[in-house]
Amino acid sequence: MIQPVILWTDALIFLLVFLVIVFAMYASRYEHLRAPWREVVRSRMAVASLVILSVYTLVGLLDSLHFRKALPQHDGQQEEQYDGDVLSVLDEILGVMRTQEEKSYSAPFATHLYTKDFVVSADGERVRTFPRLKYGGASLDDPVTEAWPDIRHRLIVAFVQTAGIALLLYLVLGWVLARRWRSSVGQVLADLGRGRTDIPWRTAFFMLSCVIFLVALIANMSADWHMMGTDKVGQDVLYQSIKSIRTGLVIGTLTTLVMLPFAVFLGMMAGYFRGWVDDVIQYLYTTLNSIPGVLLIAAAVLMMQVYMANHPELFETMAERADMRLLFLCIILGITSWTGLCRLLRGETLKLRELDYVEAASAFGVSRLKIMVRHLLPNLMHLVMIAVVLDFSGLVLAEAVLSYVGVGVDPTTMSWGNMINRARLEMAREPFVWWSLLAAFGFMFTLVLAANLFSDAVRDAFDPRLRAQR
Amino acid sequence: MFAYLIRRTLYALPILIGVNLITFTLFFVVNTPDDMARMHLGSKRVTEDAIDKWKAERGYDRPLLYNQAESGAGQLTETIFYDKSVRLFAFDFGSSDSGRDIGADIRQRMWPSLAIALPTFFIGLLVYVSFAMLMAFFRGSYLDVSGVVLCVMLMSISGLFYIIAGQYLFSKLFHLVPVSGYEPGLLAWRFVVLPVAIGVFAGIGSSSRWYRTIFLEEINRDYVRTARAKGLPELTLLFRHVLKNAMVPILTGVVVVLPTLFMGNLILESFFGIPGLGSYTIEAIQNQDFAIVRAMVFLGSVLYILGLLLTDLSYTLVDPRIRLS
Repeated sequence: MIQPVILWTDALIFLLVFLVIVFAMYASRYEHLRAPWREVVRSRMAVASLVILSVYTLVGLLDSLHFRKALPQHDGQQEEQYDGDVLSVLDEILGVMRTQEEKSYSAPFATHLYTKDFVVSADGERVRTFPRLKYGGASLDDPVTEAWPDIRHRLIVAFVQTAGIALLLYLVLGWVLARRWRSSVGQVLADLGRGRTDIPWRTAFFMLSCVIFLVALIANMSADWHMMGTDKVGQDVLYQSIKSIRTGLVIGTLTTLVMLPFAVFLGMMAGYFRGWVDDVIQYLYTTLNSIPGVLLIAAAVLMMQVYMANHPELFETMAERADMRLLFLCIILGITSWTGLCRLLRGETLKLRELDYVEAASAFGVSRLKIMVRHLLPNLMHLVMIAVVLDFSGLVLAEAVLSYVGVGVDPTTMSWGNMINRARLEMAREPFVWWSLLAAFGFMFTLVLAANLFSDAVRDAFDPRLRAQR
Repeated sequence: MFAYLIRRTLYALPILIGVNLITFTLFFVVNTPDDMARMHLGSKRVTEDAIDKWKAERGYDRPLLYNQAESGAGQLTETIFYDKSVRLFAFDFGSSDSGRDIGADIRQRMWPSLAIALPTFFIGLLVYVSFAMLMAFFRGSYLDVSGVVLCVMLMSISGLFYIIAGQYLFSKLFHLVPVSGYEPGLLAWRFVVLPVAIGVFAGIGSSSRWYRTIFLEEINRDYVRTARAKGLPELTLLFRHVLKNAMVPILTGVVVVLPTLFMGNLILESFFGIPGLGSYTIEAIQNQDFAIVRAMVFLGSVLYILGLLLTDLSYTLVDPRIRLS
């Protein structure tokens, strides 16, 4: 049996997903809310990055369903005991990647360790050599000659599988679109292939095929090869990079969730009420802004560390402790980053409140609260939307830097920042251990690039000033 | 003008008091000095005497805000708040938790920081503006589009990557410059070149793209169209009119960071082992030396407020339409 574990960040992530769904349902009912999004998905860049972002999100969500496995029952035991390790659904899917640990460093697709060690050879002699890996290429008799044919074979299998699935996907997509557009399947498939559809389905299909290929590759290879090598304690680097996705997403999104209420509420208050309310709020954000961001975060995280070190009884498992730290980091980042958006919203509210329709509303006796919620807030939403997507990539990058400074996520949490930080300590090593760094940077780059491209499209679609320029 | 400066300086006071209160709350109220002592002394089985001794050595053994044991003014001055927070206003940073004089450390360490930060800032500004102008000049062409794509790619790469890759390429592979370290005087250039180059390169993506939008905004204005209609060549137009006017938002945008250059670049300095204020801060954070962190927070906010003041002044310098009152 399993015992589901709901960590704080899990709960908040699913709350966020719920909010997004509610907003999407709300927005789909109104034409003026739908129009900018339709413009977003018309852009090929946006659709391609959307596919990437969805894949990352899916992985992150799977990694947010946590549980603990039951320990094997002893005789006469009444209550069930649970394992101290908190696993996620993603761990189950990745399967052996988590458990197949080597002794130490090994390069990508290596069959031998990266460092020399004493091995007892067949005739009982101790030899100092590169030992064979326990799992990487373990099924091969002669790794020198058989490694490449084995990898090639797996590559071909993955490719064939991808081709099959992609073809099926293509036909299904054509059939679904044909039903929606009430046109013949043949015609739709032809349009799709030439990229003549309104929404760039061909781009989406191409990106999706690439993703499927990668998944097929991992499915075929990961049981017998370490595709990205292993790190110092012998853990698969690819597994670490995939697990780090959740951390990056949590920091990028939950921080915004923390920041938004502050920014929107205070920004609108300052702009609408003016007078002393404005003074107080301006004072508040100038003060917070004047403290260098990294230092404020560092100070707060240091204090939290002291608090956690002195109150170990609050956390039942390691995962809970690490999770609390992650959540706290999001809160701190949120508190330090609401000022920019707040200032923006204040300025915009100052402008909006002078407009005729707001004056008319207040002349009709509409209460101030109602004016703010019904008349001002909807006209500020595009700024909020742009800020949210723009901040995301910056936050993902900030995580790596903060982990480097030593005030990032818990060292036991898997994150790109921690991977880079650990690999950096080994930089002086000869020969250079590059795969950990490359994997972390690669995964991070893909996510941030997709987010940046997507946010560009969102900004183009939502910012009325840019629209006028074109 | 003078009256304005005085008013602004007075306006800065409540902000600094606010910063001070925030740090005071963070460092002394959320966790008591006892907690910090335990953290520093490490093990769980630490005696009360050891804690008291640790606190006494660093002046943390007094009451937080109000000392009943003293008389007169001493009731307020013989407290942690007065000793550790109020004194910062006189730039008296006291000594660090490990017993060093913070003020002297800062004076000594700001020069290496400036040696990195100033060249990075000025070369960076030059490079970003030139690149942005190039893109603006060829706007709409393939050069412009690929330039923007390049910018987005560059800004999607983590800053740590530039440092690690740069260090690996130029120091380890080609042996052009030392991996890390510093030495004072003119010989410092060997240690400074690579960090500066990396610092400039890491900023290309976001800054150039930002400046390009500023240039484009300016190019679409009426006066530019009029000038073009009068037959001014595009290049003259760009340098004489667009650049001059675009410099207003660009300059005022960068003046804010000018004073904070003193604080140095945290990451660059610690990667290259440069004994500046940035690495000082990082070391303090990693050693959990709260006194230094507190001092740097205060210094940072003073410099930031100075930056805001300079921004206002620079507005009047570059844009004669604005008058301070």
